Amino acid sequence: MKAASPLALLALAALAASPALAASPGPARQAELVHLLRQDCGACHGMRLKGGLGSSLQPADIAGVDDDILVKTILDGRPGTPMPPWRPFLSEDEARWLVGYLRQGGKNE
Amino acid sequence: MNRHAFLRGGRAAALLLLLTACAGGAPSPEVRGTGDLGIVIGRATGQVMVVDNDRRRALAMVDGLGDLSHASAVYSHDERYAFIAGRDGGLTKVDLLRGRIVKRILQAGNSIGLSISEDGRIIAVQNYKPGGVRFFDAETLAPLSTLETGSRVVGLADAPGQRFVFSLFDTGEIWLADLSDPRHPTVRKFTDVGREPYDGLITPDGHYYIAGLFGEDGLDLLDMWHPERGVHRILDHYGEGHPPLPVYKMPHLRGWAQAGRQILVPAVGHHEVLVIDTDTWTEKARIPVAGQPVFVIARPDHRQVWVNFAFPDNGTLQVIDLESDTVIDTLHPGRAILHMEFTPRGDQVWVSARDDNKVLVFDTASRKIVATLPMPSPSGIFFSDRAHKIGL
Ligand code: HEC
Repeated sequence: MKAASPLALLALAALAASPALAASPGPARQAELVHLLRQDCGACHGMRLKGGLGSSLQPADIAGVDDDILVKTILDGRPGTPMPPWRPFLSEDEARWLVGYLRQGGKNE
Repeated sequence: MNRHAFLRGGRAAALLLLLTACAGGAPSPEVRGTGDLGIVIGRATGQVMVVDNDRRRALAMVDGLGDLSHASAVYSHDERYAFIAGRDGGLTKVDLLRGRIVKRILQAGNSIGLSISEDGRIIAVQNYKPGGVRFFDAETLAPLSTLETGSRVVGLADAPGQRFVFSLFDTGEIWLADLSDPRHPTVRKFTDVGREPYDGLITPDGHYYIAGLFGEDGLDLLDMWHPERGVHRILDHYGEGHPPLPVYKMPHLRGWAQAGRQILVPAVGHHEVLVIDTDTWTEKARIPVAGQPVFVIARPDHRQVWVNFAFPDNGTLQVIDLESDTVIDTLHPGRAILHMEFTPRGDQVWVSARDDNKVLVFDTASRKIVATLPMPSPSGIFFSDRAHKIGL
């Protein structure tokens, strides 16, 4: 899987428009990320992210963990546990967007 | 795909079965067997599709089964009822002939699979939360007893002698439960069997239980005829010298990849299928494959096994020839191939392509797709002949 280039352009446009949302992936990529989260992360975390072999990713259950740690966990995995590194498939901005999505309990769907 | 049109079709089919089953004055009620029926799990929509694998068509769509990610199914001895355990702890009994739910209970917070006892009277469900195994009456789904394990339970299998065997992911144990008295199970525990068993299988004759380990390289072997001999490590350090690759989906062992005197299992963290010689319980071969194998499933004639793979190689299927232990075909049939199920005699294999919202039916001899059934996010496929197989 590779980041689609038109989306990269969209992201650039967003960057120019509003620095706060700078890194947000475009809508099409967001839909892909949500699909990945529910389906492929869901293989371990459950489709509703309530946990399974992987821990629960519901807002209350990750409330005590810093964004940076969650982003790093997604990108580099947690050695010694089954959590694998997703860096080959996700950019840092995409991982950060996913963390924001998790924090809101998937409400910005 | 036009899901709604399809659902209407499904409901109409269910209704037909119903009408033919109960309308006294109707032309002539269809009387039929269930040996060529099965179900396909729709993981995202909480649905189950009842299928006829001879006519390669859907008979009914059953709604309302909850969160079906990682759902699995077992069958009553008469092959009429499917029992389905879902991630949300739901246990549902579905009538294949009427295409509807007979009974549904929520029995735990987070569940991962189930088995049915040798005599067909007890359903055992393995749970992550709260960790344990719960036993239910197969007729009524009334609770019979519970074994609390203090760990997530994996690799549950039924065994001859009204027994169930399972592994504990968090504590590294294998438990063998005797349900001769369903309300008072007795347990023999094997502790320190290795780090993080992730799944298990029982051989088709019920003689051996094998648990795969995630936390270390190797598998555990338990002789079910002689449990007093304890659990033995086999294929210890199979990954030595090859740093493990990341695993994007846990492999599965259940599915009987025993063929003749060999058992094929996925290597964990390696793009290989391991071949175990069951005379010596040593590694006979390792077959390089296209990715991290998830299911390694033998065709009923034991001449081939079909293998699917974890993300990101989950669009590929490979066919291994067991005479030569080599890959003889690589297929790219669709997006997110989650499961395969052979028809009882092995002439067809049904394959779920989750991200294409399709079930593909292959002719196993030509390996050509001979039918396609629309289905939202299909995952597990379970045919009714499982009713008469140990360990499925
Ligand atoms: C093969 C199984 C597996 C897959 C697939 C998987 N995870 Fe995990 N994940 C785990 C496990 C196990 C843990 C718990 C690690 C631990 O014990 O610290 C975890 C932990 C996490 C955590 C940290 C939670 C916390 O409370 O600290 C996050 C965030 C996370 N995963 C996100 C994801 C995302 C996003 C994906 C998909 C892109 C994903 N995971 C896919 C197994 C998995």
